[in-house]
Amino acid sequence: MSRSAVLFSALTLLYISTGIIFSWNLALSILIMGLLSSIMALGVNIQLGYAGLFNTGIMGFTALGGLAVVLVSAQPVVAGWNAGGPGILAGLLLGAATLALTIFIWNRMATGRVRILITIIILIIGFILFRTVIDPAIIAVETNDPASYGNLGGLGLPSLLAWPVGGLLAAVAAWAIGKTALGLRSDYLAIATLGIAEIIVAVMRNEDWLARGVKNIDELPRPWPVPYEVVLQKDPSFIDWALRWGFDTVTSSTIIVKLCYVVMFSLVLLPLIWLSERALHSPWGRMMRAIRDNEVAASAMGKNVTKRHLQIFILGSSIVGIAGAMMTSMEGQLIPGAYNPLRFTFLIWVMAIVGGSGNNWGSVLGGLLISWLWLIVESLGPGLMIILTNGIPDGWLKTHLVESAPHMRLLTLGVILLVVLRFSPRGLIPEK
Amino acid sequence: MDFLNALIAFLNFVFVPGLAYGAQLALGALGITLIYGILRFSNFAHGDTMAFGTMVTIYTTWGLQAAGITLGVLPTALLGLPVGIAATAFLTLATDRIIYKFYRKNKALPTVLVMVSMGVMFVLNGIVRLFIGVEEQNFADGERFLISTGDFKAMTGLAEGLAIKSTQAITVIVAVLVVTWLFWFLQKTRTGKSMRAFSDNEELALLSSINPDRVVQMTWIIAAALATIAGVLYGLDKSFKPFTYFQLLLPIFAAAIVGGLGNPLGAIAGGFIIAFSEVTVTYAWTKVLTYVLPESMAPKNLIQLISTDYKLAVSFVILILVLLFMPTGLFKGKSV
Amino acid sequence: MAEPFLIGEAMTGGYGGADILHDCTISVEKGQIAVIVGPNGAGKSTAMKAMFGMLKLRTGHVRLAGENITALSPQDRVAKGMGFVPQTHNIFTSMTVEENLEMGAFIRRDDFADTLAQVYDLFPILKQKRFQPAGELSGGQRQQVAVGRALMTQPKVLMLDEPTAGISPIIMGELFERIIEIARTGISIMMVEQNARQALDIADKGYVLVQGSNRFTGTGTTLLANPEVRRSFLGG
Repeated sequence: MSRSAVLFSALTLLYISTGIIFSWNLALSILIMGLLSSIMALGVNIQLGYAGLFNTGIMGFTALGGLAVVLVSAQPVVAGWNAGGPGILAGLLLGAATLALTIFIWNRMATGRVRILITIIILIIGFILFRTVIDPAIIAVETNDPASYGNLGGLGLPSLLAWPVGGLLAAVAAWAIGKTALGLRSDYLAIATLGIAEIIVAVMRNEDWLARGVKNIDELPRPWPVPYEVVLQKDPSFIDWALRWGFDTVTSSTIIVKLCYVVMFSLVLLPLIWLSERALHSPWGRMMRAIRDNEVAASAMGKNVTKRHLQIFILGSSIVGIAGAMMTSMEGQLIPGAYNPLRFTFLIWVMAIVGGSGNNWGSVLGGLLISWLWLIVESLGPGLMIILTNGIPDGWLKTHLVESAPHMRLLTLGVILLVVLRFSPRGLIPEK
Repeated sequence: MDFLNALIAFLNFVFVPGLAYGAQLALGALGITLIYGILRFSNFAHGDTMAFGTMVTIYTTWGLQAAGITLGVLPTALLGLPVGIAATAFLTLATDRIIYKFYRKNKALPTVLVMVSMGVMFVLNGIVRLFIGVEEQNFADGERFLISTGDFKAMTGLAEGLAIKSTQAITVIVAVLVVTWLFWFLQKTRTGKSMRAFSDNEELALLSSINPDRVVQMTWIIAAALATIAGVLYGLDKSFKPFTYFQLLLPIFAAAIVGGLGNPLGAIAGGFIIAFSEVTVTYAWTKVLTYVLPESMAPKNLIQLISTDYKLAVSFVILILVLLFMPTGLFKGKSV
Repeated sequence: MAEPFLIGEAMTGGYGGADILHDCTISVEKGQIAVIVGPNGAGKSTAMKAMFGMLKLRTGHVRLAGENITALSPQDRVAKGMGFVPQTHNIFTSMTVEENLEMGAFIRRDDFADTLAQVYDLFPILKQKRFQPAGELSGGQRQQVAVGRALMTQPKVLMLDEPTAGISPIIMGELFERIIEIARTGISIMMVEQNARQALDIADKGYVLVQGSNRFTGTGTTLLANPEVRRSFLGG
């Protein structure tokens, strides 16, 4: 049996034993997050493994995917739209137009002081116009019933549609970022993308008109065809079915919902892997790897390195965006405050590296394995800590240690990453 | 028109806070730049190294306070600082020995080292959260103000007050002392010169029989001291929260890059550039403008270019502009 | 005849891959100048680097004043009294001239003010510019800094890898003058040179290497007089 077959069987066993020892509910929850993470890790792998691009802004693209769910599937807030919708749109268009004009002028004019001066003037005038148009509109929208709305809402379309839109949104952002930052040296790119992600999340946290900021948006519709547990539990035919098999209706309804997600997410993941594998072994993929291994030689052979990098940056980011949208539509709510770079950027990185960067199946393995570890430690950590601190007398220290158990995860992951980098830098399933 | 009051309002809300913040960033950026210059990689764990040093200092401070030892008008944390520095130096030396040394000997690519430093960042992040939690901690004690608004108004009879927090004054004084010492060390001492030589031309430094291990160790010790001092000063001035320290990574890197990576003077200049830009852009200028402009033109609502929530965007934009238009920074840094 | 002061004898080896040197022997007597010339890719620099311990020899050995130093690292050879001036990147550009010289003396724990004064006597321009960053100097002056740095350890042998690469003929002449002066103080000089004719002019001994092996060996004058050497390596 090949190495990857052994590893994947072991992983299956891990999930099955989690189901048997703890509960199927837990095992399925972990599996769902694992599948989502695998998709994200696939995105990272395409950038890092195929092209050696250091994108530490994964969190930002995940968040953009989440935003797409709100924009597509939330109900529109009509009063908000009437109050300031057109104003905000006009403001945003003005802002975009200013940037476009600046870039146009910059590229057209001869180098020199005049060019700098004119660019600055355009930017200042544009900024003032932007603020004059958008500020009152934002205030109008945000003062519309701030306790329950204060935003523009979405289009009220099916949630499933948000998945590709999430990818699209992330792709657009990646294009803009890539255009400016991709020429940079690898570690500069890492710092720049880290910053971009923080800014994207800051916008989502603070622009209430967009997605209510930290007030969060909940009750986003589920993607078709996933049913709601409460509906299932009242459905006579479902109760009949459960009774016939001797299942508890509550448990079985949650399991059915989760199974739906497992199937749906797999239906996204598997074609993505298939496509990625095809791409990797196509002339295009070989060229990408050639560029990664020797950028100078590749560009000497007439390959447009920056252009290729832009392609791959957009591709990888949009995959992350899709996963971000899938996650938010599953959770049914958008909580901008929950986007944390450790969880949504660096954890995904660990998955891609541990799995084996450059190998798509490696990313899946890493995603499923690290997610399992991450979530199992989350649910078992406190209990484990109670056992570990058994010898310590009750008091603040013990309480403190038990309460801090979740942070053990960061430590453990850091150690795993370091160990893998040191002893098996090519990951569990190395690139062929 | 009232220029004097406008000036005081400007000093109070922009200049003084910017100065203190700039000093803190400069110290952080110095650490980044030294590591980059000598160990030749971007250390993503620096923010968390700052957090670690600050955490040890906080615990020492609490211990001292519990034992009834304080520094009177000065914050007790200054007494705890040496302990924090020692612990952090021990930590950085240990990480170098256990982790980085292997990659150095194998001449690993800088990108690999960046990934490794991310691993270290995770571990440090975990340690800090494990020991002190994720909550905000205030550990400043002693006199709160060098000059309070009220005192200042009484003294000068002006309508505007100028408050100088003692932590701001301490930040600036400590930063000046540390930077002076560092420059003296790098310019005048044998070890300092050997560090500069190593950063300038590693091969030739080896040919001159400069001991690379000693240079590397010294670098880690100094970086640890700088990180701890920067972290403690920032924590005293604002407050300590692990996640904030992680986020400081961006402005600190921006400062180091703007000044020119590997160039200590540049790191200091970069720190102040970032800090003042951030404060200027996010400050609501209404008050100052009301004093300066004629009454008819006085602004009615907030004149704030960008909300403080987007202060990270400021460092980011400066960073990108510098990288695009002068990749080696304002002061010529390394171009590896 | 007594053994030469520094000798690399029957050296064979390369940088890991195929051998570059084949049974190559090079030596220099005390206070003399030995020059290695030859076509591009002949292994001139490699031969000298081998003598300084910068590559591993498969066979052959290097002896300094009779002592076998084949196994020593370059750093240890510096301590034994060898100085090496690389062809490029041979100064600390961001440091002042004086700091460059101080770094050269890093290994010394005694007072090196005398040596510093000697170097300044040898290269007066460096004294004038001693507080200027070395990176701001002209090409010829940089070479002086590089040589001065290597002299700071008071070496017994000074090895120069193409010291005149990229500097003008007039300055080259001056630099050779200085090198003769250094040799007169009793320091052995070994140098690799592209400007073969001028270099052989000042050489006590010359080596013509071809494909990593000795092709001609003799005093500078003999080699310059040898018609075959002239035709093949000195352009007529």
